[in-house]
Amino acid sequence: MNLALSDEQEFLREAARGTLSRFKTLEAAREALDGNDAALPDLWPTACEAGWPGLLIDEAHGGAGLDAFDAMLVLGECGRVLASVPLLGHLPATAILADAPKVADYLPALASGERRAAYLPSQPPTDVDPRWSADPAHGMERPPLATGAAPDAGGEVKLSGAYGFVPDAPGAGALVGVALIDGEPTGVVVMANADGVKIEPVRRYDATRSLAHVRLEDAAATVLDAPVESLAGAWHLAQALIAAESLGSVETALESSVSYAKERFTFGRAIGSYQAVKHSLTEVLRQLENGRSLLYYAGWSRNGAPAEFPLAASAARSVAGRALDQGARTMISVHGGIGATWEHDAPLYFRRAQLSRRLLGGTAAATDRVAGELIAQADAA
Amino acid sequence: MDLDDTPEQAAQRAKVRAWLEEHKAEAPVLSGPGALTDEAEIVSARRAWQGKLAEAGLAGVTWPKEYGGQGLGPIEQVICNQEIARAGVPGILDAIGVGMLGPTIIAHGSEEQKGRFLGPMLHGDEVWCQLFSEPAAGSDLAAVQTRARQADDGSWRLSGQKVWTTNAQFSSYGLLLARTDPEQHKHKGLTMFIIPMDAPGVTVRGLRQISGEAEFNEVFLDDVELPADAVVGGVGSGWGTALTTLMFERVTIGLGGEGLGYNSVRFAGGIASDEHGRRDPEVRKQLGEIASELLAVRFTGYRTLTALQRGQIPGPEAGLAKVTIVNGAIKAGDLIADVLGPDALDESSEWAYMISFLPGLKSAGGTEEILRNTIGERVLGLPPEPRLDKGIPFSELRSKEGAGV
Repeated sequence: MNLALSDEQEFLREAARGTLSRFKTLEAAREALDGNDAALPDLWPTACEAGWPGLLIDEAHGGAGLDAFDAMLVLGECGRVLASVPLLGHLPATAILADAPKVADYLPALASGERRAAYLPSQPPTDVDPRWSADPAHGMERPPLATGAAPDAGGEVKLSGAYGFVPDAPGAGALVGVALIDGEPTGVVVMANADGVKIEPVRRYDATRSLAHVRLEDAAATVLDAPVESLAGAWHLAQALIAAESLGSVETALESSVSYAKERFTFGRAIGSYQAVKHSLTEVLRQLENGRSLLYYAGWSRNGAPAEFPLAASAARSVAGRALDQGARTMISVHGGIGATWEHDAPLYFRRAQLSRRLLGGTAAATDRVAGELIAQADAA
Repeated sequence: MDLDDTPEQAAQRAKVRAWLEEHKAEAPVLSGPGALTDEAEIVSARRAWQGKLAEAGLAGVTWPKEYGGQGLGPIEQVICNQEIARAGVPGILDAIGVGMLGPTIIAHGSEEQKGRFLGPMLHGDEVWCQLFSEPAAGSDLAAVQTRARQADDGSWRLSGQKVWTTNAQFSSYGLLLARTDPEQHKHKGLTMFIIPMDAPGVTVRGLRQISGEAEFNEVFLDDVELPADAVVGGVGSGWGTALTTLMFERVTIGLGGEGLGYNSVRFAGGIASDEHGRRDPEVRKQLGEIASELLAVRFTGYRTLTALQRGQIPGPEAGLAKVTIVNGAIKAGDLIADVLGPDALDESSEWAYMISFLPGLKSAGGTEEILRNTIGERVLGLPPEPRLDKGIPFSELRSKEGAGV
C-alpha cells in the first residue's frame, strides 16, 4: 500500500511550481480579458524545456516515460496559477499516438514539443447512449463523430464532420481523435494545414483557455492503428487531467480564502473564527480532499486496474468540477464585495470554474458516466 | 504508487486467509438461513468467536505481544479485517474495547490493570463499554457532570448518568470519565475509572432509536462504590486519558468507513433494480454525485493507511471522511426511497433501517458542526471560536449556565 508521492513526483511538482512562478499568469489573464491577448505568455517553450510535452511518451521515443498521475501533477500546478499551457489538448493526443505503432516515427517531435498536437474530444458510448459523440458547438445535443469511407491503400481517408470546443487547437500542428470509418470508431490524425480543415478559434468567458471549433470537409486524415481501448482511454485521460487542473485552482482559491479569513476582522474578531465562514471553508477542503483521493484512484487505475479507469477518471472529474465551483464561489463570498471586482483574482478563478465545467463533455457527462459504470458493476455483482 | 501488499504483508494475508478458510464454519451465522435470533445466544457465540480470532492473532494485532497482541502495525490489522470481511464471517464483538479502550489502558493503565483486564478483553471473556458521553456532555465532552467523591479510606462513590453506551447491556466493565474536582477548570478535575457493570447502583436501560431498536443504552450510576485502584492514569488526568481514547476512535472510524456498508456499488444496486430509475437523468445525476464522493472516501482510507504505514498519525481530517460518508448515505437513502417508493420504507427493507439509523449517526463521535470546527481550526489554521468556559472553575461555569448567561 503506497498512495503517496514518490521523491521524483514531489520534485516534478515543485519544479513545475517554480517554473510557472516566473510568469505573471494572473495579471496576464486579467489583461487578456481587457483585450490585450499579447499579455498572455507563450508557455510552450517553457513546457518543452521542462519536458512536459513528452510526459506520456516512452523514453525510447524521446519522452519521459511517465504516467497519467505525473501529468496530473503538472496540470494541477498549471491550474493553481491559471497558466495556459496547451497540455490539456496535447497530452491525450500523444496518448493515442503512442499506442499507434504506425506513427511511432513522429513521436520524438511530439515528445520534444517541436510539434504540438490537440485532442479532438470524442466521447465513448455509455450504458444509455451507445454512440460515440463529439462535443457540440452549441446546446445539449451531442453530434456524431466525423465520418469517412474505407481508407485507401496508404491508410488515408477523407473526413467530414465537426468537433466543438477543442482545447488548445489554435496553433496546434496535428489534430488527433476518433472518427467513424466505415461505421467503426477509429483513431485518426489530421494535419491542421491540410485542405478542408477549418480551425475557428473561440473565446468564452475565460481568456486563459485556448479553444477552437474544428470543421472537417473532405479533409485528408491518416487512420491510426491504436486499439479502441486507447481511443476511449484518451477521453478518460482528458477527464482526469482537467480534474487535476481544476483541483489545482481549488487549492489556490482555498489558500487565498483562508488567509483572508485570518486577517480580516469584523465585530472585533477574525471572520475565520465565525462558524458560518469556517464551515464554508471546511466544505471546500472536504471537496478538495475527496478530489485528491480520486486523482490517486485515477492515476493508479489507468495501469493498475484499467477496467476501473473510466469510473475513476469520471468520478475525479465530477468531484473536481463541483469543488471548483464551490471553491471559486466561496473565494468570492469570503472576500466580500471586493471579491467580485476586477481588482481581485477571485473573478479569474470564477471564470475558470464556469467554463471548465462545460468543456470535454462537461462535469454532467462525467457524473452520468459514474452512475452508468456503477449500475453495470451492480448488475454484474 | 500502488495498492499492493509488501512481501511480508502478502505472507501475512495468505496465513490469515488460510486460517479463516479452515475455521470459518465455526463462526456464528448472523444473517440468512440458520441465522441466530436470540440476543443472548448471539452475544455468547460472538464472544466465543472473538476468542478464536484472538488466539489465531487476527484481533488486537496492534497490541503489544506481552498483552496477547501481535505487536504489528495498523496496516496488518486492516489486512485481518479485510480478510475477515472477504470470508463473510463476523469480526470481533468488542471492537470498542479492543480498538479503543484496551489501547487506552495500555497507554495509561497500571501494570496491575493491564495484567488483570487486557487478556479477558481481547479474548471476549469480558466485554467492555465506553462511559464518556452524558445527556449534557457530547461534543463538549469535558462538560461531564458524573461526580466521583473520594472517601477517607481512598475508595470512591460515583453518581450521575451516561448515554449512547453501545454494548452496555452485556458488558462486564466500562471505562468511565467522571468529575473529581469541580473547583478546577473543566478540563482539569476529571478522572478516568474502570467500573464493573454489575456493581451495586449501576442500572442499564436500552435507548430505542428511530428504527425502534435499541442500539445504545443509558447507564445510571447511583452512589456506586469503586476501590482506589479503579483509577486509570491518575486522579485529575482524565482529560488526557480521554484524548487517547478519542485518537484511537478517529483511527477506527478513518479505517472503518467501508465497514459500515455505505458503498457506491450497493447504492447503485438499489437504483438499478428499477428499470425506469436506472435510466432517469436526474436520478443518475444524483447517484453519480453521491457515489463519486463515497468512492473518494475509499481512497482517502488508503491515504490514511499510507500515512500510518510511514509512522504518521492521522489527523482530524479523517473526520471529513465521516462527514462525506454520513451525508452521502443520507442522500443515497433519500434517492433510493424516491425511486423505489414507500416499499423502501417497509420495516423489513434494508433501506428503511439505514434511513432510520443515519440521522443519529450524524452526531455520533462528535456532531458534524463540531467536526467542522475542529478541522477548520486544526487543519486550516483558522482562529478558534471565542470560548466562555476557559479559566473558570467548573462549578462557577455550571452556575453561569444555569443563570442563562
